[in-house]
Amino acid sequence: MTDSITITGLSKIFAGPDGGTMAAVKEVSLEIGAGRLVTLLGPSGCGKTTLLRMIAGFEEPTSGDILFGGRRMNDVPPNRRDTAMVFQSYAIFPHLDVFENVAFGLRLRRLAASEIEGRVERVLEQTGLTGYARRSPNQLSGGQQQRVALARSIVMEPRVLLFDEPLSNLDAKLREQMRVEIRELQQRVGITSIYVTHDQVEAMSISDEIVVMKAGAVEQRGTPHAIYARPVNRFVADFIGKANFVDATVRDASSVEVAGARIAVAAMPARPVGSAVTLVVRPEAVHLSRDFGALVGTIRRVVFLGNLAEYLVSVDGIGDWLVDSPNPAETGLLAVGDVVRLAPSPPSVHVLPG
Amino acid sequence: MSRDTRAELRLLARDPLLAVLLAAIAIAVAVFVVHPLIRVLLASFQVDGVWTLQGYVDIAERRLYRNALINSLGVGALVGVASVVVGYLAAFVMTRLDVPGKTILHYVTILPIVSPPFVSAVAILFLFGFNGLVTRQLLGVEDFSIYGFHGVVLSQIFTFAPIAYLSLRGVLASISPTLEDAALNVGATRWQTFVKVSLPLSLPGIAGAFLIVFIESMADFGNPLVLAGAAFPMLAPQAYLEITGSFNLSRGATLAIVLLIPSLSAFAIQRWYLSKRQYITVTGKPTASSSKIVSTPVKWLLWGLVVAFALLVAAFYAVILVGAFTRVWGFDYTPTLAHFAYVFDVGLQSVKDTLIVAVLTTPISGLLGMLIAFLVVRRSFPGRATLEFAAILPFAVPGTVVGIGYILAFNDRPLLLTGTLAILVLAFVFRYVPVGIQSGIAVLRQIDPSIEEAAHNLGADGLTTFRKVTLPLIAPAFFSGLVYAFVRAMTAISAAIFLVSANWNLMTVQILNQVGSGRLGVSAAYSVVVIVVVLIAIGLIGAFVDRWSRHTTMVRHP
Repeated sequence: MTDSITITGLSKIFAGPDGGTMAAVKEVSLEIGAGRLVTLLGPSGCGKTTLLRMIAGFEEPTSGDILFGGRRMNDVPPNRRDTAMVFQSYAIFPHLDVFENVAFGLRLRRLAASEIEGRVERVLEQTGLTGYARRSPNQLSGGQQQRVALARSIVMEPRVLLFDEPLSNLDAKLREQMRVEIRELQQRVGITSIYVTHDQVEAMSISDEIVVMKAGAVEQRGTPHAIYARPVNRFVADFIGKANFVDATVRDASSVEVAGARIAVAAMPARPVGSAVTLVVRPEAVHLSRDFGALVGTIRRVVFLGNLAEYLVSVDGIGDWLVDSPNPAETGLLAVGDVVRLAPSPPSVHVLPG
Repeated sequence: MSRDTRAELRLLARDPLLAVLLAAIAIAVAVFVVHPLIRVLLASFQVDGVWTLQGYVDIAERRLYRNALINSLGVGALVGVASVVVGYLAAFVMTRLDVPGKTILHYVTILPIVSPPFVSAVAILFLFGFNGLVTRQLLGVEDFSIYGFHGVVLSQIFTFAPIAYLSLRGVLASISPTLEDAALNVGATRWQTFVKVSLPLSLPGIAGAFLIVFIESMADFGNPLVLAGAAFPMLAPQAYLEITGSFNLSRGATLAIVLLIPSLSAFAIQRWYLSKRQYITVTGKPTASSSKIVSTPVKWLLWGLVVAFALLVAAFYAVILVGAFTRVWGFDYTPTLAHFAYVFDVGLQSVKDTLIVAVLTTPISGLLGMLIAFLVVRRSFPGRATLEFAAILPFAVPGTVVGIGYILAFNDRPLLLTGTLAILVLAFVFRYVPVGIQSGIAVLRQIDPSIEEAAHNLGADGLTTFRKVTLPLIAPAFFSGLVYAFVRAMTAISAAIFLVSANWNLMTVQILNQVGSGRLGVSAAYSVVVIVVVLIAIGLIGAFVDRWSRHTTMVRHP
């Protein structure tokens, strides 16, 4: 049985070595629906791992509550919380073979040998480890060790699955493959999961919802799409993908003025006409051409990446913008020094509420 | 009580089994480590039940005691320096040079570590005593006396240089030879490379080794008792003589405190160095590359020196072995089994007693060491640093002090233990647990804590995690803890001599008695028995630890 997770006013204050204190997590409240996969995303030191470790029971909250399905877990030791955690370092027991690693938790529950065997075999199959049962962990590749860690967690059929940057030690290609596998596995077993990462691509590709954290506090939570398209502030916009930040003045309910030009926006927060706002313009939301667009600029730098071209454009009266052009082989590559017109696509121009 | 302390206690309470165990360990350390020391301290300020400083005044004023202090310090310093020189040389040759016979050299060099304390003293008497093979038979010297300063220093160098060697070996192995290569590469000469790179990097290790040897030398009881002679008083034997000879317990206690101070100071400095050294210790596998900083002739010269030392060690043991089978050394070299017959007849009880004490001490001390290391490294609780310090403290406390402390502390109800088996086992367990703790801590600090957290997360409580995960992971430290406890329990004398009784006697004490009554042959036979038992036991413990923890290599965690 999987559970929803409720976190209310959770804080963790560490005592510093010099007698001072440091708040790793500040008054965080979250509600995670049963069966969902939620990612805690943020730069290192933002408190995401501390939050995860409090949920696992490895860190004691300074204040606040953690509830699994309505039951308060604060005083329940880690070994009774029925969570299963996948560690960044995998934390595989080096003295046990693959089978015994996966069976470790089941043996502690004193299940019948036949049941243990059945469950372990099933989960080894699910994780593509059939045939590796009697291997010693040091005979496995990084990806296989990762799968053992995963198998060891899901075999417990826990109420909550916890992932602490599980893919950060893998190379790029394997990382991509594993995150698809983890997502598929999680959806199949349907266990509420919390996934910690600092990699925004990983977060976007794996999550039902993303919680962006900074300095111990939640900056924004939402679906990957919502976070990308409608960041609540500059930090979130900058952390999730690339962004051009543009100072603008509100002109009416659907447009702003930038460097003398009128730019249409999709949604306008309730702000009086004439007040200053910041726009978030994603590089892929700008169309470059010779003759169409409200803004004019000069190409400063060209990076050809095959599927797209990255331009640095010096926009007259504004400054440098990053602009991505898809499929440059077809549309033709621009050159440094070319003068171009820029047309931001209105649905993709976001006005920061702040 | 601060909020942190309360939080720590609350966490502990969630794992009641571990909490109870922790409390038991804390109480045991207080009763069997701290309490006896306090009793010695109190006794040193009392004469006939009256509080006084007279004991210390006497020591300052009376030449005998003043000399004992000066002699002990002087011998300690000289033996420390000499042992470090020998040890560094041997460690350098073994870790850095490509020379033949390194394995055998290594084992011969460390042989004295597993021997009873009198082996080198008895061998020296065999070779250089009044009827010595070298002094009398070969050179025909009549008026040479080995007793005194030179005898003690010589004997202690053989006893303690191997300790310096082992500790420096670790230090040198952890300094990557590529650093030397780098220095040579930028144009340093070999000598410059050694003086400016290799030596400074090993300096904390050298200081650490010196202090360890100094502590051991100050605390050494066997060698001085046999070789110092009446004209050259030293602290540890003097304290013993005050108690057993003059029944002056408070004088003994005062001398014990005087002995304790330099040892504790050296220990404090050594701990401080150790904490600094952690920054330069390179983790991972020691590189096996050989050094290019010595030229070929120098290489063979250094090798020759180490071989010479190893040959001397081997000669000492050969002399003991031959002596054990020789009727009367110096007069009648007829082979005989009489000495062994004596050991297994008159001395059989002490052989049995020694084995019982060692067999009881070993697992308790080994497990306790690992458990304390686990608690100290992996758990937080109020007084953690204090517990670690108190548990490691016995390493720096001379056995003489422990022995006096135990007879003071456990001579009354409710803790009436004198004359029992328990007092010997308890004394040995707590005296020899620090080595296990320290190696346990060192190994544990290199193991990713998330491995244990994973066990915890999968449903294991604290003790189950310790049993099923931690202990197998720190098997090498567990092994060295077990071996150390067994070897020391078999070879201990300085504390034991105060604690043996008619019911429970030890072989080492028998060796001492035999030396005292001039029966060197019997003492040699006892020594051979002790060495053989120790070597067999090391093999058995190794096989046991191997079998029980199946892992041989660790998984590398990025």
